[in-house]
Amino acid sequence: MTKLHAYRRFHPGTQPEYDFPPYASTAKRHPTQPLVIVPQTLSEITGPVFGDHDLEPTDNDLTRQHKGEPLGERIIVSGRVLDENSRPVPHTLVEVWQANAAGRYPHKNDRHDAPIDPNFSGAGRTLTDAAGRYRFITIRPGEYPWRNHYNAWRPAHIHFSLFGQAFLTRLVTQMYFPGDPLLPYDPMYMSIPDERARVRLVSQFDWENTVPEHALAYRYDIVLRGREATPMDDSPGE
Amino acid sequence: MSLYASGSQTVGPYLHIGLTWLNTARIASPAMKGERVVIQGRLLDGDGVGVSDGLVEIWQANAAGKYAHPEDRRQIPLEKGFRGFGRIPTDAKGRFRFSTVKPGRVPGLGGKLQAPHLSVTVFMRGLLKQLSTRIYFPGDPANAQDPVLKRVPAPRRATLIARRRAKGVLEWNIVLQGRDETAFFDF
Repeated sequence: MTKLHAYRRFHPGTQPEYDFPPYASTAKRHPTQPLVIVPQTLSEITGPVFGDHDLEPTDNDLTRQHKGEPLGERIIVSGRVLDENSRPVPHTLVEVWQANAAGRYPHKNDRHDAPIDPNFSGAGRTLTDAAGRYRFITIRPGEYPWRNHYNAWRPAHIHFSLFGQAFLTRLVTQMYFPGDPLLPYDPMYMSIPDERARVRLVSQFDWENTVPEHALAYRYDIVLRGREATPMDDSPGE
Repeated sequence: MSLYASGSQTVGPYLHIGLTWLNTARIASPAMKGERVVIQGRLLDGDGVGVSDGLVEIWQANAAGKYAHPEDRRQIPLEKGFRGFGRIPTDAKGRFRFSTVKPGRVPGLGGKLQAPHLSVTVFMRGLLKQLSTRIYFPGDPANAQDPVLKRVPAPRRATLIARRRAKGVLEWNIVLQGRDETAFFDF
């Protein structure tokens, strides 16, 4: 290896702090010592590669994973995965999971008194195409209560997990829906300090991709860390 | 045009729904070359209680020190089917366990070889963005000169080095807070 193009550091205000008291569970689960700043090496700028052989045909259509149709409003969620230099991130794995239309997860820890839908598991995955595009068909998830504080409700959301082209571009985030009145009350959403960065977690109504007589569409673009324009100093740092 | 990376959000308590399909507790199949090793440990919160809804992801080179990635352009053999990725959920007591081969040395700054290590990313409910760290191997003479390990304050270096428990079995715990708090990275 000679020259490595390092990945940029996060822009201030775009990422949550580990210790965020409004989200109560962070109290015992955040590091208390400062993070150790370390150089990016081959170990950080490489990462796992996935391919079509890892996926099943219905993995990106959450409405067709069971015998019957799930209850709720069918929607299309699509967008592009880009890096910070506006370049598409092709052939990268995108994983999603979400509650059903009633706001319930088929999970042993979910005790919310709302019905489970036998026709909806709420999990999907896909690979981006050569232009960084992805597309899921799903149903609009319901809001649900949680026990973070009195009368706490999560806004409707879809969990997204992405890899990108390096182990350090790994990202887990959540997609929200436009106009959701719960957003300003949600500690997770509000954990992103910069309002402009926060708003980018909200999908946009996507008229162009709606399918007449079938489904409304939402657009959600995701940006992963991108590389510096100039190679990093490759001289030994010690 | 330049953009800013999207904000991270927690995996939440129901991460298993979306992520279990890729669980990989055996990173290297028996056909792959190298020194076999089982790594086990616990993910512990600030009260020393096991985190039952955590996820540990591993990234590593093969025993010859080659990453299964196009940017590792060195002419080193790579076994077919070796991805080098592990995804291991914690159990009800916060325990995790996986098997693999000890990776070979890979270049670091200035082309100097790093000590054998596994890259680790940790996710859990209550964690708004992932934690990154490494596992090093006990007794490896290369540890003393490793460029990343050297950046870790000396009293905390031991948190990144697994301990031998039995032949072929190492223990490595992830401690989120307190006296033995694991050194986590920012890169």
